[in-house]
Amino acid sequence: MAKLALTNEILMQIEKPERYIGNEVNSVVKNKEDVDIRFAFCFPDVYEIGMSHLGIQILYDMFNKREDVWCERVYSPWLDLDKVLREKNIPLWCLESQDPVREFDFLGFTLQYEMAYTNILQVLDLAGVPLHAQDRTEEDPLVVGGGPCAYNPEPIAEFFDFFYIGEGEVVYDQVFDLYKEHKKAGGTRAEFLRQVSHVPGIYVPSLYEVTYNEDGTIASFLPKYEDVPAVVEKQLVLDFENAPYPDKPVVPYAKATQDRVVLEIQRGCIRGCRFCQAGMLYRPLREKGVEKMKQQAQKMLKATGYEEISLSSLSSSDYNQLPELLNYLMDICPQKGVNVSLPSLRIDKFSLDVMSKVQDVKKSSLTFAPEAGSQRMRNVINKGLTEEDILTGAGTAFEGGWNKVKLYFMLGLPGEMEEDYKGIAWLCEKVAKRYYEIPKDQRNGKVSITASASFFVPKPFTPFQWAPQNTVEQFIDKAITVKREVRDQLNQKSIRFTYHEADVSVLEGVLARGDRRVAAAIEAAYKKGAIFDAWSESFKNENWQEAFAETGVDPSFYTSRVRSTEEILPWDFISIGVTKEFLKREWETAQKGMVTPNCRQRCSGCGAKKYGGGVCFEEKTGVDLSRYQVDQKDSLTEESCADVADACAAGKSSCAGAADACGAEKSNCEGGNQ
Amino acid sequence: MRVRIRFTKTGNMKYIGHLDVMRYFQKVLRRAEIDVSFSGGFSPHMIMSFAAPLGVGTTSGGEYFDLDLQNAPSGQELMDRMNAQMNEGMSVVSIRKIKEDKASKGMSLVAAADYTISLDLSETAEEAAQNCIRTAMGLPEKTEGFMAQQEINVWRKTKRSEGEVNIRPWIYSFSCEMDENQVPVFHMRVSQGSVSNLKPDLVVKAFAEYAGFEIPQGALRIHREDILANVGPESKPKLISMGRLGEEIE
Repeated sequence: MAKLALTNEILMQIEKPERYIGNEVNSVVKNKEDVDIRFAFCFPDVYEIGMSHLGIQILYDMFNKREDVWCERVYSPWLDLDKVLREKNIPLWCLESQDPVREFDFLGFTLQYEMAYTNILQVLDLAGVPLHAQDRTEEDPLVVGGGPCAYNPEPIAEFFDFFYIGEGEVVYDQVFDLYKEHKKAGGTRAEFLRQVSHVPGIYVPSLYEVTYNEDGTIASFLPKYEDVPAVVEKQLVLDFENAPYPDKPVVPYAKATQDRVVLEIQRGCIRGCRFCQAGMLYRPLREKGVEKMKQQAQKMLKATGYEEISLSSLSSSDYNQLPELLNYLMDICPQKGVNVSLPSLRIDKFSLDVMSKVQDVKKSSLTFAPEAGSQRMRNVINKGLTEEDILTGAGTAFEGGWNKVKLYFMLGLPGEMEEDYKGIAWLCEKVAKRYYEIPKDQRNGKVSITASASFFVPKPFTPFQWAPQNTVEQFIDKAITVKREVRDQLNQKSIRFTYHEADVSVLEGVLARGDRRVAAAIEAAYKKGAIFDAWSESFKNENWQEAFAETGVDPSFYTSRVRSTEEILPWDFISIGVTKEFLKREWETAQKGMVTPNCRQRCSGCGAKKYGGGVCFEEKTGVDLSRYQVDQKDSLTEESCADVADACAAGKSSCAGAADACGAEKSNCEGGNQ
Repeated sequence: MRVRIRFTKTGNMKYIGHLDVMRYFQKVLRRAEIDVSFSGGFSPHMIMSFAAPLGVGTTSGGEYFDLDLQNAPSGQELMDRMNAQMNEGMSVVSIRKIKEDKASKGMSLVAAADYTISLDLSETAEEAAQNCIRTAMGLPEKTEGFMAQQEINVWRKTKRSEGEVNIRPWIYSFSCEMDENQVPVFHMRVSQGSVSNLKPDLVVKAFAEYAGFEIPQGALRIHREDILANVGPESKPKLISMGRLGEEIE
């Protein structure tokens, strides 16, 4: 019987002991004597959430394919076990070997959302690793962070030895090779960190010095030594088709949130929604061929025994070979008793047809994400979904028997006015009206519309990175106004409006755009007992408010303050390919309420073309912007072109493609830019 | 075709809850590419039913579930294919073909179960362990008197109610032996199933109280040896292992 870190007594007194015992199907067990590097990979949240994360599965598989590396997993112990471990002083362990985390060479965290930051401290603390990088000794693992939140690592910089900026598939091999050499040579921790800072994409916070202006903004952000790069370059997988992907992902016993085979069909997004961080970070869009996807589907279903399969991407409807892939899956899966779980698709004839084949029309609901209530606002955020799209899609669906609709919105978007958010209620009403246009005998009872609103959090590396965030009071006022407006609609009984928690959104805002000084507040909140902040049952706003007060960190400096585009932002030292000039241009275009075409229609010269791959090198379709018109302004198309052209004139070489596209409806950027 | 699959659950697998064991087997069957029958509808599921759920923390040498197959190779091949897809701590030990009528359903046949309960003192504090060993002296000789009682009343909490009940009628046999370290090991056959379901640790606790035996906190290790079906009339029960029902698959 394999050894366990916990005694029977403890395992029997906690919830779901299977979270902590390892031995899952496809988990990798090696002999620790046979490897040079032991890597503890942590998703700082509860097991069922962590096990649902695709990124760890990819890297776990890739790392373990190396004979000299043994990568294991560790998750945040849930509240019940957290308490026991502290009381009994039991050091946190990794699942596979059940060995203490502190014995490992590396402790890697995937940083998926800001509200997990206190859980990083929890894991470090329970593992017996000093919270601050500067306090760690040669006996401690090197603590590394990666994932989307690593693109602004500053609020958690002092807790990490280094960060990996970009897609994990690219330079980890280099990091491991370097570490092996370093270990053999008996080098110190400081020496390794200095060397690893030369690897592209690696950021070692202790090698940079930040100074501040009197108003609290950053005065300078510079490497302390000449050999340390001033700009850290995002790492990107160019040969996405052949990127490592696990044929045999680990299958948990417990029911994970994502309890299915996941096929990553593409990475990146062509849409350019201005609030969306992932849409910018993962540029350019790269697709995998449909044949590869079919093979992977077969292999993974066979190796896991999952009863469901789904697709992963930021916008599956944009996948070129979607119909072929879905038809294939719907062909092979039912005979194996496997469900095809559809991603959220643009509602049209094709998707409705597919949906009716795999779901019970009476039970399933349609999902739209207009994100904003008015066309003006949707133009501001560059959400290329019009009211007509929604009403046409919903109408077709209603005629096909559907009667449930979900609509997702955001409140607190930049430049939002009362009509914009009241527009949420009006749009819901229009959808309801559309339903009741169907003759009574042909429709399926009452319509049910659920609108839910989240509160907008401006994120780094988006055109809205300069935007002031609303305050808790503003958020709540707006939500209440929408709720009242919904109640004033004719079909109000068919509409349900819900909204998220405002205090969490504001806190997320502080952590998302914070600088190094925010770390003190995170640590103070943790010491007051803040963990699992992403869970409403354990989130306590008082912990944070007290922590801010005690550490002198003013949340409003990071949230509702108006930032100048001249200001040095804490994450400016990172290059994601998409340039700051492009983001500024988009910020200005947004304020004029104008849309920017997507990457397939026309290149807007964001800068991601420099990687030399992906959608940037596809032929463009051209674009008709008139459908986004608000009122009678018919100058939209020209103006937004002029805007792009302006920027080009200012000497940005990457805009050449965009300027071309403005001239001719259809253009291939390849010629223009090379 | 309906088959009854007998499996064991030992070691660390005892921490996997019943619902997750069901999900585990569904995945095993898919990985093993066994030709299972599915229900219809938009989310087809395997037609599978477990005889008697096993609580978290309990190991077992005889667990059963019934499963409908479209086609089956020999019992041996089925078993080999499944075992090739199983983890340490769980394995299939027999597969037999059973009748598809309602009366043959595993769940409705369950009448009793055999248990072995031992004590693990490795996590016990020194003093409690000594008390346990001291008070265990002469325990095997006290079982006869324990079983000779007309009534054994214990406080029992079920999902529905809480109160004192006489568990004596549900204990079919009970014995005790000492292992090489003079730590007692208990064997029993108790009523199981939908009519009267007796938890085996209740019996040991009642006996401990009767015999003045001190059980250290958290030391009991429960192992279900087998589940039994009643093939006789209600008045004159005849209990046999669930695994002996049905026939071999050639």
